[in-house]
Amino acid sequence: MSSATFSEDGMTAPRRGTRWHILVFLAPAFIVYSAVMILPLIETLRLSLYNTVDGQPAFVGLANFQVLFGNERWAADFWRALKNNFVFFAIHMLIQNPLGIALAAMLSIPKLRLATFYRTAIFLPTILSFVIVGFIWKLILSPIWGITPFFMDLVGLKWMFGPWLGKPGSALITVSLISVWQNVGIPMMLIYAALLNIPDEVIEAAECDGITGWSQFWKIKLPLVLPAIGMVSILTFVGNFNAFDLIYTVQGALAGPDGSTDILGTLLYRTFFGFQLQLGDRSMGATIATVMFLIILAGVSLYLFGIQRRVRRYQF
Amino acid sequence: MTRTTLICSTLKGLLLASSILGSAGLAHAEDVTLTIESWRNDDLAIWQEKLIPAFEAKNPGIKVVFAPTAPTEYNAALNAKLDAGSAGDLVTCRPFDASLELYNKKHLADLSGLAGMENFSPVARAAWTTDDGAATFCVPMASVIHGFIYNMEAFEKLGIAIPATEADFFAALDKIKADGTYIPLAMGTKDLWEAATMGYQNIGPTYWKGEEGRAALIKGEQKLTDAGWVEPYKVLAKWKDYLGDGFEAQTYPDSQNLFTLGRAAIYPAGSWEIGLFNTQAEFKMGAFPPPVKTAGDSCYISDHNDIGVGLNAKSAHPEEAKALLSWIASPEFADIYANSLPGFFSLNSTPVKMADPLAQEFVSWREKCKPTIRSTYQILSRGTPNLENETWVESANVINGTDTPDVAAEKLQKGLDSWYKPAK
Repeated sequence: MSSATFSEDGMTAPRRGTRWHILVFLAPAFIVYSAVMILPLIETLRLSLYNTVDGQPAFVGLANFQVLFGNERWAADFWRALKNNFVFFAIHMLIQNPLGIALAAMLSIPKLRLATFYRTAIFLPTILSFVIVGFIWKLILSPIWGITPFFMDLVGLKWMFGPWLGKPGSALITVSLISVWQNVGIPMMLIYAALLNIPDEVIEAAECDGITGWSQFWKIKLPLVLPAIGMVSILTFVGNFNAFDLIYTVQGALAGPDGSTDILGTLLYRTFFGFQLQLGDRSMGATIATVMFLIILAGVSLYLFGIQRRVRRYQF
Repeated sequence: MTRTTLICSTLKGLLLASSILGSAGLAHAEDVTLTIESWRNDDLAIWQEKLIPAFEAKNPGIKVVFAPTAPTEYNAALNAKLDAGSAGDLVTCRPFDASLELYNKKHLADLSGLAGMENFSPVARAAWTTDDGAATFCVPMASVIHGFIYNMEAFEKLGIAIPATEADFFAALDKIKADGTYIPLAMGTKDLWEAATMGYQNIGPTYWKGEEGRAALIKGEQKLTDAGWVEPYKVLAKWKDYLGDGFEAQTYPDSQNLFTLGRAAIYPAGSWEIGLFNTQAEFKMGAFPPPVKTAGDSCYISDHNDIGVGLNAKSAHPEEAKALLSWIASPEFADIYANSLPGFFSLNSTPVKMADPLAQEFVSWREKCKPTIRSTYQILSRGTPNLENETWVESANVINGTDTPDVAAEKLQKGLDSWYKPAK
């Protein structure tokens, strides 16, 4: 009570001056973020509207986009990269995320022994560098020195082995699965945390109502972790459409064979920085970067306005 | 008052001290440090142990730092550094357009009048000269020659003679395959460029008649769909059966290891492999030039200008840098370089005696075969799609069986036609 009276007294005190400290405290983050994120982004968007005309940088409006979508070659490269990118994303959504949920559900079983060990082991690849992951898997899958043909031979499956990374039909799937192997720890951890957040009372109430086992997972736990799954999906989307490093380390900048693993990131790299005899084209590179930005923006907006608002959240 | 004098004397003391320190540092500051940008990681030891000491001994006051970056990142990194003004004084030049572009952007200085440039023939300078021949902007350093390196023990054991013609070559491959001890050809398509560089550009000149075909292609008198340009692809397609298991996923280091471990008999090579192979292979190696189509045909080799050195136009020490460039153009450099790096042949007009027998074998082809350079490098890789990159992809496709030779050639020609208009 005494504090309440005190604050009532405070109401009559003279109006506080401008609260500078708010600006001061915000400034470092704002300045750093603007300098390393906002300004380069704006510069990229601006660059996509410029090109070199007669040796001079000139404003060309949407001409770069016209080339990207209108020129037969550019359009073919772009659509192929976009298609591959969707395949890359689909494999992550269909394998990585369900696998992550399943692993999280298994880890959250109270009776499971060595849970900490499994959790660490599965999460470990996530903190490895892409370069290491790419190199390790290239060796594992190598038809010459790899251990895969040897192990498959042990179980009599040698006939199924192929130079997967070198065949246009299987290369993209193989690279996607390597990426899944590396990143499955992230959805697992996020969903595991969400599962642990479900109060015991809810589970006990469900058990009282006779809902146990599988039906408990489907009817009680899954709906409660849906917001986390939504977040994982959007992280996967952004991560996949920004992906570049793994493809670059495993398949090189030309994303072979026959461009079958070329995704937007590698196309952007080749265009912007050039490759071997190909010189970098900054304007077209920025144009591709802008399109990538718009694709990701569209995806995230779709999620934010279309899905996230409809997901029901439960307060415990 | 006393306090002011005190301050004054302290200041004087400080000034004195700093001037002494300054003059002590002066002698040191006279040393000019030149930095060389390069993609040749592998040459670091040779520069540090042999070339730089030899130069520094003759040119006191100039220190040289050799600063290589990864080959695949070199062009992009160099362009960015030059644009930002942070590149080294000397720049190792890729042949043809990549460097020409740097010259046109005024990143590289004109070196036409450099002392020592007269040591190089116009052909040697061609890779770093403007289209009109007016200016040369890099000192030619080395070229590489394509051919095949073979395992001598394997050839002796199986009783195979060095194949001189295409038919001999495939007969030899059949024999090695039938025996089964060795993989006939050590080459993979995973890294794409192996198929193009060690395959297409290696055997190709025999079919398109070297410089003759290359010049005709640039003039627009020949097309990539003409017989001379498709035939090497038809031959490459036949290589498929002689490559190792899973060659589609075999990388360049895999191929090198297969050969040096003695598991493969023939390695489609560039001469730059000689240094590494000499240290790694425990068997005797020999080399033969690309086989000709029918006996008696004149042979052609790819003797490709590969490395040059240019002067960064924004260098703070152009005079010192020119002294280094003149030395690089001297026969002395050619001798040290070519013998420390067997397989990188000097372009200097003064012939260098090679101590390495394998390197000597490669360089001897210059006398009997007609040299040419890789077909895609001059002028034809200026546009988008880039002909060199496309050739990588299509050469791998042909060997993998993804595309037939005719389809591959058509794709390449179509890509070239989309931007290249030959001068009429």
